[in-house]
Amino acid sequence: MTMTSFPPGLVLLLGAFLLPIVGKNVRSILILALPLVTLGLVWNLPNGLFAISTMLDYQLILVRSDSLSRLFATVFCIMTFAGGLYALKQKSVMELVAVFVYAGSAIGAVFSGDLISLFIFWEIMAVASTMVILSVGSNVGNKVSMRYLLVHIFGGSLFLVGILAYVLDTGSTAFTSMQPDSFGTVLILSGFLINAAAPPLSAWLSDAYSEASFSGTVFLSAFTTKTAVYVLLRGFPGTEILIFIGVFMIFYGIIYALLENDMRRILAYSIVNQVGFMVTGIGIGTEMALNGVAAHAFTHIIYKALLLMSAGSVLYMTGKRKCTDLGGLFQSMPLTTICGIIGALSISSFPLTSGFISKSMISQSAADANLMIVWFFLLAASAGVFLHAGIKFPWFVFFQKDSGLRPPDPPWNMKLAMILFSGLCIGLGIWPELLYDMLPYPVTYEPYTVTHVVNMLQILMFSGFAFFLMLPLMRRTLTITLDFDWIYRRALPVVLQNAFSVIWKVDSAIRQAFLIRFNQSLAFVARRYQSPSSLLSRTYPAGSMVMWVAVILAAYLILSFISK
Amino acid sequence: MDTKKPPVDNNLLATEKHWLVRPKTISWLWRGGMVLLALLVLADFFIHAHHYFDIDGTFGFYSWYGLVTCIGMVLFAKALGIFLKRKDSYYDND
Repeated sequence: MTMTSFPPGLVLLLGAFLLPIVGKNVRSILILALPLVTLGLVWNLPNGLFAISTMLDYQLILVRSDSLSRLFATVFCIMTFAGGLYALKQKSVMELVAVFVYAGSAIGAVFSGDLISLFIFWEIMAVASTMVILSVGSNVGNKVSMRYLLVHIFGGSLFLVGILAYVLDTGSTAFTSMQPDSFGTVLILSGFLINAAAPPLSAWLSDAYSEASFSGTVFLSAFTTKTAVYVLLRGFPGTEILIFIGVFMIFYGIIYALLENDMRRILAYSIVNQVGFMVTGIGIGTEMALNGVAAHAFTHIIYKALLLMSAGSVLYMTGKRKCTDLGGLFQSMPLTTICGIIGALSISSFPLTSGFISKSMISQSAADANLMIVWFFLLAASAGVFLHAGIKFPWFVFFQKDSGLRPPDPPWNMKLAMILFSGLCIGLGIWPELLYDMLPYPVTYEPYTVTHVVNMLQILMFSGFAFFLMLPLMRRTLTITLDFDWIYRRALPVVLQNAFSVIWKVDSAIRQAFLIRFNQSLAFVARRYQSPSSLLSRTYPAGSMVMWVAVILAAYLILSFISK
Repeated sequence: MDTKKPPVDNNLLATEKHWLVRPKTISWLWRGGMVLLALLVLADFFIHAHHYFDIDGTFGFYSWYGLVTCIGMVLFAKALGIFLKRKDSYYDND
């Protein structure tokens, strides 16, 4: 077996099962080494199709290597490494195993060249990510993980039926660019969109991601939605409806994050917001837009993980998660505060951070394609991101009123992971060509023009001004905001419960009526034939019994002769 | 879950506040912020306006657009909250 015929994702996927059987020190080494080995394999892949096998009549292509698949695999490896470093002191080995299987299957999905292997990795991801949430072991966590699994099984079923219909239509299992113009491709698109947290099934994300452990959420934020972005980018570039879906997701994320009190739910809604930018870019579908989407997925994974690492550190050190309980932490957690702010500036695409060099490509592509309304929406959204994630998150967690909590910064490994990702956020912001060189199409875009920098600063600073002007309206309350999941968590159960209480009543009435009638007819029959000489109570001599048995046996004998 | 009890240091609360949260610093931050905002608006005189559509080339567009849309989003969220906000124990008995 040569190096190129080994799918890189399998290193993590299979390596995960070594973690529970080795000692603590070896486990730490494996956690850090496996992602680096995978990264080495990814970078050594030339362009082309490798690891091809056949299953039944179909060809499985486990490695389709080109700049796009390598870009996503690269950031997944970096994420697994930094996340592993962050989770080094995680006591739940089950979570670590689940996380590595999850990361490995995400890399497997990104490299899949055909729909069948993509589907297999897609489903492993669903199960592994459920295990990440389940490994918390709390009662709430168990319920959440089942809700999460149901949504993903549903999405996976749509995807599977879509594949079957598509293969029947075209006779091909190759995963290439498609148009949502047939039953099969529409179902495939729907399956992809569910994993991208598109409406109406979007609430699974904020529901589940806020219940994982301090380290689990960091991993969850990276793989599922970004694999969905990758397959949309590969499968449905330039599909117009994605623009509308994307813009909806952008504002849904902002509005719900503004209303939220749980710090990790704020960041979860902001994932939907950021994925919305990417989905919009995929809908625009020009080379500039697709480059922007790929770049934005790359930078987003890093700064979102950084934000969730800082939130995870606060959770780990204080055990608190609500903005109403937090505040003033900058005094005793300076490093966590600074890293959180760097993540917050990156997500807001502040100049000299990674978000600036990636998100602006998507906005630029909207302008180039002359999509005026989309461009104005994206511009408002840039201001809105600063509002809900750029300022709101650091402000309510680290500043605002003093909660009196004085926890120190987290242990060294968590600090190191945050410093690493902060460095990447700023490094990519200063040297964008590092990322631009990896993009699928040649880049002619220049992010650092005086006009662009000044305009971005104007929009961000005035967004910040609006935040502090409106601060009295933003006071945190002990509330949640009803989301789409209300339909399956509250409305449907209530409707079904009421429906069943009626059904059960009708059912028992029918049974009752039937039983009464049956008893009556039994009584009637008994009354009719009660006398000793009636048909049912007559006595028969034993002799006639013996005769009938002999008749039956004789008939049997004759039949067996005939059948021969 | 790995959580530690948060240490609350009452001595720290009693002593003088961190320099960053003293009223004096905050008022200076406001003033500095205002100056920065003014400078950013005035910068429009000097930069080469590179507009894609019509309105975005006008003076101070990015500044007022950022301010107005953000206020709009906060008010919209507030209005939506009237209908959709519930106590955070809403789903507890499910």
